[in-house]
Amino acid sequence: MNNANPSPARAELSIPKTALITEGWSASARLRAADGVLQQGLPQPRDEYWKYTRPQSLTQTTTPSVNHLEEDNGELFADLDVLKLVFVDGIFDAAQSDVAEDESFDLEMLSDVKDVDIHWAGSLYGTLEAKGQTPVPRTLAQYNTAVAEQGILLHVKGEVQRPINLIYKRGTSAQSDALLHHTIKIDAGASVTVLETGPVGARANIVMEVDLGEGASLNHIRSLGRDAERLSVSHVFARLSSQSQLKSFSLTMNGALTRHETVVEINGDDAIAHVAGASVGDRGFHNDDTVFVTHDALRGESRQVFKKVLRNGATGVFQGKILVKDGAQKTDGYQISQALLLDEDSQFLAKPELEIYADDVACSHGSTSGAIDEDALFYLRARGVPHKTATNLLTLAFLAEAVEEIEDAHIAEILVTAIEGWLERRSG
Amino acid sequence: MLEIKNLHVKLEEEEKQILKGVDLTVEAGKVHAIMGPNGSGKSTLSYVLSGRDGYEVTDGSASLAGDDILDMEPEERAAAGLFLAFQYPVEIPGVGNMTFLRTAVNAQRKARGQEEMSATEFLKVVRAKAKDLKIDADMLKRPVNVGFSGGEKKRNEILQMAMLEPRMCILDETDSGLDVDAMKLVAQGVNALRDEGRGFLVITHYQRLLDHIKPDVVHIMADGRIIKTGGPELALEVENNGYVDLLEGVAG
Repeated sequence: MNNANPSPARAELSIPKTALITEGWSASARLRAADGVLQQGLPQPRDEYWKYTRPQSLTQTTTPSVNHLEEDNGELFADLDVLKLVFVDGIFDAAQSDVAEDESFDLEMLSDVKDVDIHWAGSLYGTLEAKGQTPVPRTLAQYNTAVAEQGILLHVKGEVQRPINLIYKRGTSAQSDALLHHTIKIDAGASVTVLETGPVGARANIVMEVDLGEGASLNHIRSLGRDAERLSVSHVFARLSSQSQLKSFSLTMNGALTRHETVVEINGDDAIAHVAGASVGDRGFHNDDTVFVTHDALRGESRQVFKKVLRNGATGVFQGKILVKDGAQKTDGYQISQALLLDEDSQFLAKPELEIYADDVACSHGSTSGAIDEDALFYLRARGVPHKTATNLLTLAFLAEAVEEIEDAHIAEILVTAIEGWLERRSG
Repeated sequence: MLEIKNLHVKLEEEEKQILKGVDLTVEAGKVHAIMGPNGSGKSTLSYVLSGRDGYEVTDGSASLAGDDILDMEPEERAAAGLFLAFQYPVEIPGVGNMTFLRTAVNAQRKARGQEEMSATEFLKVVRAKAKDLKIDADMLKRPVNVGFSGGEKKRNEILQMAMLEPRMCILDETDSGLDVDAMKLVAQGVNALRDEGRGFLVITHYQRLLDHIKPDVVHIMADGRIIKTGGPELALEVENNGYVDLLEGVAG
């Protein structure tokens, strides 16, 4: 026993000090994050927070080769009038991108300004991520803060009319390891829609930090590609001032491992946070939505609505928490997670949590998993709707409650069409 | 139109014979009614004909316009022209009534090799038919049967029937849960569809629906068989004397 060689450990991501940016506006945040990763270590399978999702493929140094579907080029919203910002394998591509000329916001690329001395983003970059390390470590986000060189720095000053579409394309590398850190500050009363689409890379680690001022609003919609073997971890950290509003929706189709964490802190009174998602996957699909909403102000409203359609051995995970701090009276918290299992091989693992320290709140949570309603299926078939079409109709109906969280009808329609396409390709 | 011969049916999961040799022929242009006490097998007959899971045909046959329907999938039977108005129409949250109707109409047309109905044409037709059944625009927009009253659900069944224009209509206790006004409305809808090329099988407990949908032939069903067949007067006899006399007559 004493002399037994330990099995060679899988090489884990590390941050060589020499690689760290040690000067300029982001240096202190990077240093702090790098130290944090050293102290806390990257996620391990034994971690309670990673109970249902094995983190090794996200933390190891080597990226697997991931086949890319050519038609999945991230142009999901091609029909919308959007400001396009294209990243290829996680690297900003100015030539394919639109030039932003809009007085309602300032936009820069992290890659362009990472070395300057002073920047407005200095007060935000890494700070929400750092706060998000308690009570649960999120060291993949910390790692991201330490080393990120790509991403947007967006300062929203007014009502931005055109949605800003971050388009993540794959390039020529089968093993691209994309790492993006977006920093978004939305001034009081300002609003913006941010769309994220495309396959990103063979592996992706995306952090988005959003600071919402009083009465500010962010509408965030994403659909990160269809490459079946892709790996991705993402963290959205949002801080909400009074009367601000965050709406975040994720459509997840395919992917060997997709872990999307959303960490929301409601700091101001009367703020609203809606986080929703729809997922469809089969076979090796493993999709994990982890949400942590902290209410630390009066009359906050939060909703978490997640629906997952799983087939042929797919796995869906939902970890959702609502933490209501002492004094956050009149909080209205709602959380629902549901899975539709289209066969007996698939599984849904859910951990809904409420932790409440205020005495005058309304919070509810629910989680279910079930099969297609046989009565409804027969009813449709008895009217002449073929089995496959009827199943797809009922599947879309199941996802509807999540999709209805999207306010913009046109965007919702585009996502529904994408889901219909997936169902159509899968049912044969 | 509909020809049922010596139909024997048991429950798939238990050894319980429900239909024990049903013989019945519904001609095109005719309305046949089936009456009978609870548990006589009336609803089972409608489910077996429409292709619901859970039943096993152990003997006999059923054909629609000469085609054997028992081996067909439910959607194939529907496309062949069979329609069942459900006793308990199913609520389907998340599927709009209009989407449902258009999907059904076009699926049947496609299955029959006909051209699909355009969105505008469909809208025109459905609005006109809905108006006759006093179904408002709101009901068309709502999810299928969700939040509908009993009467609204049954009118929605008749609207589907009117849109799908089946050759053979089976109405399974369509009168249950209806007040007099709703029943009249439903009956008007059915009568408007009476046609030389179309057969009807009306399953009911009570004679009162047959005041509004006048049958040509009335059958009495008991214990999985049709025990008596007659004209409309047979329904009146049931109304006045109940089933007891008829059942005894057979036993004796």
